[in-house]
Amino acid sequence: MNEKEKTGTPVLRVESLCKSFGHTSVIDDVTENVYEGEIVVVVGPSGSGKSTFLRSLNLLETPTKGDVYFEGSKISDKKTLDYCRKQIGMVFQQFNLFNNMTVKDNITFAPVCLLKQKLKSQKRFNRKAKLKNTILSLFHSKKAKTPLIEYEFSSLRQIKDYANESALTLLRRIGLEEKADCYPSTLSGGQKQRVAIARSLALNPKVMLFDEPTSALDPEMIREVLDLIKEVVSEGMTMVIVTHEMRFAQQVASRVIFFDGGKIVEENTPQEFFNNPKNERLKEFLSKLKE
Amino acid sequence: MTFFEKIICVFTTQKYFNAILSGLKTTVCITFFSVCIGLVIGTGVAFVKVSQKYIRSVKWLQPICDAYIAVIRGTPLALQLFIMAFAVLAIRDFPLEITAIITFGINSGAYIGENLRAGIQSVDVGQIEAGQSLGLKYGTIMFRVVLPQAVKNVIPAIGNELIALLKETSIVSMVGLIDLTFAAKIIGAGKNMSDYLVPMLVVACFYLAIVYLITLAILIVEKRLSKQCKDGSVKTAKQPAKGKDGCRI
Repeated sequence: MNEKEKTGTPVLRVESLCKSFGHTSVIDDVTENVYEGEIVVVVGPSGSGKSTFLRSLNLLETPTKGDVYFEGSKISDKKTLDYCRKQIGMVFQQFNLFNNMTVKDNITFAPVCLLKQKLKSQKRFNRKAKLKNTILSLFHSKKAKTPLIEYEFSSLRQIKDYANESALTLLRRIGLEEKADCYPSTLSGGQKQRVAIARSLALNPKVMLFDEPTSALDPEMIREVLDLIKEVVSEGMTMVIVTHEMRFAQQVASRVIFFDGGKIVEENTPQEFFNNPKNERLKEFLSKLKE
Repeated sequence: MTFFEKIICVFTTQKYFNAILSGLKTTVCITFFSVCIGLVIGTGVAFVKVSQKYIRSVKWLQPICDAYIAVIRGTPLALQLFIMAFAVLAIRDFPLEITAIITFGINSGAYIGENLRAGIQSVDVGQIEAGQSLGLKYGTIMFRVVLPQAVKNVIPAIGNELIALLKETSIVSMVGLIDLTFAAKIIGAGKNMSDYLVPMLVVACFYLAIVYLITLAILIVEKRLSKQCKDGSVKTAKQPAKGKDGCRI
């Protein structure tokens, strides 16, 4: 954490977040900021609440108390939620590709849907504006006319073409171009996870959340997924990664957070974190890894 | 007349054969349209029952759906038909076929709804979460992602329901509508053939044939759906180049 990064508004701001399932408290009053360009790696023993913490960041878990802000807007606000989620990509442990769609459709589905929605609302706005303008001109009013929005894409065809093209670019980038028309069930775990990452990237998110992206993979596949993540890191994406891959954490992290018992026990730069841990629980945790 | 002559008689006598045909038409019509109604109602019910966690505004619909399912599944179908035919829709000149279609539609809606709900809940929650994390609306996720997968799971159950419904339509004879079963009874009556066995057997074969067709259709649909998702046969497959299995290391 250098001082330069700390200035400016954080991309994600977590304020005294609490989450409990019934009587068991999973996250206990966590306050945290994620700044632009930062790679925050969250580690900790199982059941320490790190996954829940990550899922709270885009409201897949509704916090019991506290709030999460994305670029200053509260994400628990219904109006901004979908916008925030669009800006926050998420990659799951179980990939969660849409099983009923081909790889390409998986990637294009969300952009097409969202652009279609946008086009629809823009068209509605324009219709209203036109009506208003005609009424104004009828009465020779001197009020300023409402300017019409210019469409980015004027038809569904254009949207689909655009989405297809960018999907193919993404697939080329992850090296799975020839799998474009396959269904996810025919892919290996590593390929699925790479497609899942591409699917999130297709929306050009500002932040990416990784929820143990390699935990369901064998060692060979872990490497291909981690390589892809590293590539995305090198492009300057802001990320929050929950992982058990300590070496990977050491390589990419700009800050490491240790979770235990629903609290942030220690947070530090990777060098300090792994070589010079201060907290007893963390020392224990790291020593077990070295065995 | 021997047994076989009687069978031939059923088919060759214009009067009898026409009765069977019109009965068949009634039975198939009622089944088809009630399943259509049932699917619409069932989808709605299932949607309400699985959505309350995500959409708050459907919460008040939940008790209505619960009550609907409890009442429909808890009372005999014949009774429901009587209530509809003799009380609710007892309007002069209101066609009995429509009454039957509405009754059976409402009835099968409850069963199909429960089947669909089970199917939807069998789809991994991760699919919904993935959709949500992409900023998609709940309705979009439900109808474009979850339902297509759920339908694949519930096709056998829906087929069951369809077959059961086809056979249950025979109770429309209780309100005086001439379906396949009632036609057989009329043909077998004393002033016609005065032998119940033959027309009943003929009609039984008709039922068997329809059920067999439905079973076959369901199998085909099932196979096609599972093919699409499981072995991932490719639409416009390009043969992947060798040594390029997608690893970029």
